[in-house]
Amino acid sequence: MKYTEKPKTLKQLRVEIETGTTKATDLAKSYYERIERINPALNVYLHLSKDRAIEQAARVDAIAAQGDPLPAMAGIPVGIKDVMVVCGIPSTAGSRILKDYLPPYDATVVARLEAAGAVLLGKLNCDEFAMGSSNENSAYGPVRNPVDPERVPGGSSGGSAAAVAANLAVATLGSDTGGSIRQPASFCGVVGVLPTWGRVSRYGLIAFASSLDRIGPFAGNVRDAATILGVIAGFDPNDATSVDAPVDDYAAECDKPVEGMRIGVPAEYFGEGLDAEVRSAIEAGIAKLKAAGCTIKPVSLPNTKYAIPAYYLVATAEASANLARFDGVRYGYRSPSSENLAGMYRHSRDEGFGAEVKRRILLGTYALSAGYYDAYYLKAQQVRRLLAEEFQRAFAEVDAIVTPTAPTPAFKLGEKTGNPLSMYLADIYTVTASLAGICGVTVPCRTTKAGLPVGMQVLASHLREGTAFRVACAVETVE
Amino acid sequence: MADEVTVEVVERVAELANLQLTPEESVAMVRDLNSILEYVAQLSELDTSQVEPLAQVTELMQIGNRPLREDAVVPSLDRGTVMNQAPETDGAFFKVPKVIER
Repeated sequence: MKYTEKPKTLKQLRVEIETGTTKATDLAKSYYERIERINPALNVYLHLSKDRAIEQAARVDAIAAQGDPLPAMAGIPVGIKDVMVVCGIPSTAGSRILKDYLPPYDATVVARLEAAGAVLLGKLNCDEFAMGSSNENSAYGPVRNPVDPERVPGGSSGGSAAAVAANLAVATLGSDTGGSIRQPASFCGVVGVLPTWGRVSRYGLIAFASSLDRIGPFAGNVRDAATILGVIAGFDPNDATSVDAPVDDYAAECDKPVEGMRIGVPAEYFGEGLDAEVRSAIEAGIAKLKAAGCTIKPVSLPNTKYAIPAYYLVATAEASANLARFDGVRYGYRSPSSENLAGMYRHSRDEGFGAEVKRRILLGTYALSAGYYDAYYLKAQQVRRLLAEEFQRAFAEVDAIVTPTAPTPAFKLGEKTGNPLSMYLADIYTVTASLAGICGVTVPCRTTKAGLPVGMQVLASHLREGTAFRVACAVETVE
Repeated sequence: MADEVTVEVVERVAELANLQLTPEESVAMVRDLNSILEYVAQLSELDTSQVEPLAQVTELMQIGNRPLREDAVVPSLDRGTVMNQAPETDGAFFKVPKVIER
């Protein structure tokens, strides 16, 4: 059984709310009804924030009734990945160690969405601490893909992608460290955005790997994703790593023609391991761009194959440091079976963390430990520079680079859980952009014969989100 | 590049990471870490002797450094709200099991 349904666009909903044909409160209630009906089959939402949502929707209705101008996302029902904190609403990061945690503040992205009028429906399931590529690592059970519930939605932002695909929210936020927005968006047939590293504040994001973590939107179409990025992007004094650069009018970029743009196609992303149907879908997308007047150019990114090993060393090393804070002292789970402080730390972490999180903490600790630091962590950071420079050289010749987002369509639940390495390879086309810090958009390109979505990844240089949106729009609209 | 990871190594690393593994978990971790480390060993094919490590990417963007913020005292989170989240507290301090054995 399929649960897919396309959400209305922001523009449609805006007109309806502005003219009073739809009340924001009724819209929120209708979403909660749909969630009640469908969520048991998909396990997308972990917590609902009904009171807060209805209050916010009522504020929007009051503004609309007075005929005052509405903010950009007035009344739009949204969902938030459970790795971002919302004051007083459970924020578990998909982990048992944060089971009853109620954060005392709002993440900046949450505050910005609400200031723009968005109605926050609830918190979305994800892999524990955003570590995973299938959403099977959640302590609260896997999310199922609305296109085919026997299949995974991708991960780690599986709930965020599935929510939009099943119209359990008009748009959502996810986080992407090695592909956690792009790969699930591709698997569920929705648009997902990887902003430039630092483009969106991470104040209130539960950290996984800080030199890689980013927050970005999911939506049913490119323009809506662009609008939402415009709302959440920009410098934040609460996040010293956020970039202080002007935020472009991303939605306006979607209207610009792509004629004359130079599009790079790297052979390294079309080699062994790429599913034949994914390949032909992406080739069809490239043909659309060519027909729209783009120049298609081969580009070379020869070190691409080193990205997964470099990524898993950098990401796990940073994770081992970031997750040291979960110690059963200040918040979160504390094991009752401890007679002294050291034992309390260990038992709390052992009982609170799942297997993949422990695996990554161990790998990261090992990579940082005396005698191995140079061979693993430092080496990975050197390779990271090579990968970033390779992209910089390519972007001197082309405006954007297009690739498959993932090597296969959505796989079945349980298919890869026995072998961590085979799961890591699901991110083979996404981790390089993560290491380089560049931006990108994944856009549904075509479906396979079995009806599974295939996403095209459009990559652009640092802070060139507008370029990525423009190209993604051309791929989307020519369908 | 890689020494074989043994149960002893996993237990030592687990101790560094404040993780308590069951014997079964340790055995599984030995298998997984060896398979992952064998895979990452391919990085040694690349000559990086002349390459500066890249810790994060801001230096690659043409945006210049933002001056540090003013070092001013500003209101912080409410103490009561924060302490409410502690597993054990007397309202002002975090309580933990005994640290020093007598």
